[in-house]
Amino acid sequence: MNVIARKSLYLAAGLCFAGLVASAGDGGGKKGKEKPAKVSDANTQLKLPSGFSAVTLVDSIGRARHIAVAPNGVVFIRLNRSKGATKGVYRLEDTNGDGKADKITGFGSFFGTGVAIGNGYLYASSDEEVYRFKLDKDYNVVNPDNPEKVVTGLLNRHEHEAKAITLDGKGNLYVNIGAYSNACQLKDRTKGSPGDMPCKILDSAGGIWLFKADKLNQTYGDGVRYATGLRNVVGLDWNKQTNSLFVMQHGRDQLHDLFPDMWDTKQSAELPAECMYELHQGSNCGWPYIFYDQNQHKKILAPEYGGDGKKTGGENAQDPVVAFPGHLAPNGLLFYTGNQFPEKYKNGAFIAFHGSWNRAPEPQAGYFIVFQPFKDGKPSGQWEVFADNFSGGPEKTASGRVMYRPCGLAQAPDGSIYVTDDSKGAIWKISYK
Amino acid sequence: MKKRNLVFTVASSLLLATVLMSQTKKPAAPAKTAGATASGGASASITRGKQVYLEQCLACHQVDGAGVQGMNPPLVKTKFVLGDKNTLVKIVLNGMQGVEVEGEEYHGVMAPHSDLTDAQIADVLTYVRNSFGNKAKAVTAAEVKAIRAKNKPA
Ligand code: HEC
Repeated sequence: MNVIARKSLYLAAGLCFAGLVASAGDGGGKKGKEKPAKVSDANTQLKLPSGFSAVTLVDSIGRARHIAVAPNGVVFIRLNRSKGATKGVYRLEDTNGDGKADKITGFGSFFGTGVAIGNGYLYASSDEEVYRFKLDKDYNVVNPDNPEKVVTGLLNRHEHEAKAITLDGKGNLYVNIGAYSNACQLKDRTKGSPGDMPCKILDSAGGIWLFKADKLNQTYGDGVRYATGLRNVVGLDWNKQTNSLFVMQHGRDQLHDLFPDMWDTKQSAELPAECMYELHQGSNCGWPYIFYDQNQHKKILAPEYGGDGKKTGGENAQDPVVAFPGHLAPNGLLFYTGNQFPEKYKNGAFIAFHGSWNRAPEPQAGYFIVFQPFKDGKPSGQWEVFADNFSGGPEKTASGRVMYRPCGLAQAPDGSIYVTDDSKGAIWKISYK
Repeated sequence: MKKRNLVFTVASSLLLATVLMSQTKKPAAPAKTAGATASGGASASITRGKQVYLEQCLACHQVDGAGVQGMNPPLVKTKFVLGDKNTLVKIVLNGMQGVEVEGEEYHGVMAPHSDLTDAQIADVLTYVRNSFGNKAKAVTAAEVKAIRAKNKPA
């Protein structure tokens, strides 16, 4: 980064600091005691390819999960519950164009992950429901206190409970219902407990469900199990080029803990892959019976179902389109359709990796944004790390005691992209000059 | 089925909360004076307990015992770690899920560890209660045995 850029970032940092104190009463305390000049804050934190820069829209709004941006630039973010938080959705607007949100309104007393804009509504999910709020032409929320229930009664057993959502622009709402299990053992995460055969969890979870975007009070019976065999999906996006749904699966944990004779801690830190799948109605991605080994490029029979680390399985399960290293926790997926970034980014995928915990005692990894180039709707070429240093440094990454954890991604109307952090609640806008 | 599960979870967390609240927190005693185990006292128990921790607990609660935000709770000065041994031993025997820890929610799942021996559970808890900045009385194998005998299988 050159000196001038850095200077202007410091300036931006100062402004951001002042702006936050003035406008956002809650959650602004993080850096209250530091002098703005020394703020080694979110603004200067990220490492980006040359030509890119990042500024924060806000820097401590709470556990910001997914994000949606309206055509006029208004930003909506969805929050997970945290101590003392009272609002689950925030509307953020930068009215004077200085890059900082200066009009911040919170509403919705329920917490969760999913958010999407479509059909004149803001959709927001809790861990059991999908609600919608009516939007006016300026993307103000008309009924902040009385959202309508679009879907209700989804399973929440406190494991993989986040209901990530997306819309296809054709009246359909896709909802992830994560499996309340690691590997569908009769006793979850318990050494020696066999896999349930067949895995009954798949009847009501472990897949993507399809609902109507404009029908109220739908339950399981009104929905369709669109795709199955997905342990848990947080990052998902509708790809307008292929006209299909892409998802990022969180692969299973604990190969070493549960089967120390088959995998050592090093292997268990890398396996299995975190997979990107392209879905169609009826897709089956194979969980819990198999997992994908990115080194052998094979679907390996799960040890709970008779696997030994080498036997393959899942003949009917589809292959991932990309396989990333294990446990990096892909929480956000965005296909880039903007014109601001250089040509190679067009129609490619950005993936926000929340960062690992299941690599211990090996070093943790992730906490970055990856870019996977696409050509004609197919991944083309190697993925690369696009935005790094959310953690605050290599030691912090290794220990998992990190500053920020990237989670949600969205594209702004000007072709910049937004990244949320669900640790402190920083939101970056990354732009190219 | 679903509802009953939920009710059960809520009920059991309430129960846990009541148990905890009715505890008068005793000032933590140094480990050495606490009930020494048959084979070599508390410090030997801590050494053995560390091994059990590395094998059985580290994956989730991490090397530094500080857990994973939103997933697995810290084992640093929580009510559960420093509090009543009966509750603590039962967490290891029966596992835990869906309970707030120090006002935060965790979405991970702790499986039962009832396959560990009385001595292993005593050692690992003695280790945890005397590591990561914690200071609390040792747990003995005899105590674990007594608690296990009265523990209703989940
Ligand atoms: C698979 C992950 C996992 C493993 C392995 C695990 N735990 Fe836990 N543990 C959890 C989770 C998740 C919770 C809390 C769930 C909740 O909040 O309801 C928890 C809760 C606890 C608590 C009570 C809450 C607190 O933080 O004080 C204690 C004590 C504890 N675990 C000790 C242990 C010990 C000792 C071991 C090893 C014998 C162990 N755990 C193994 C995931 C795990």
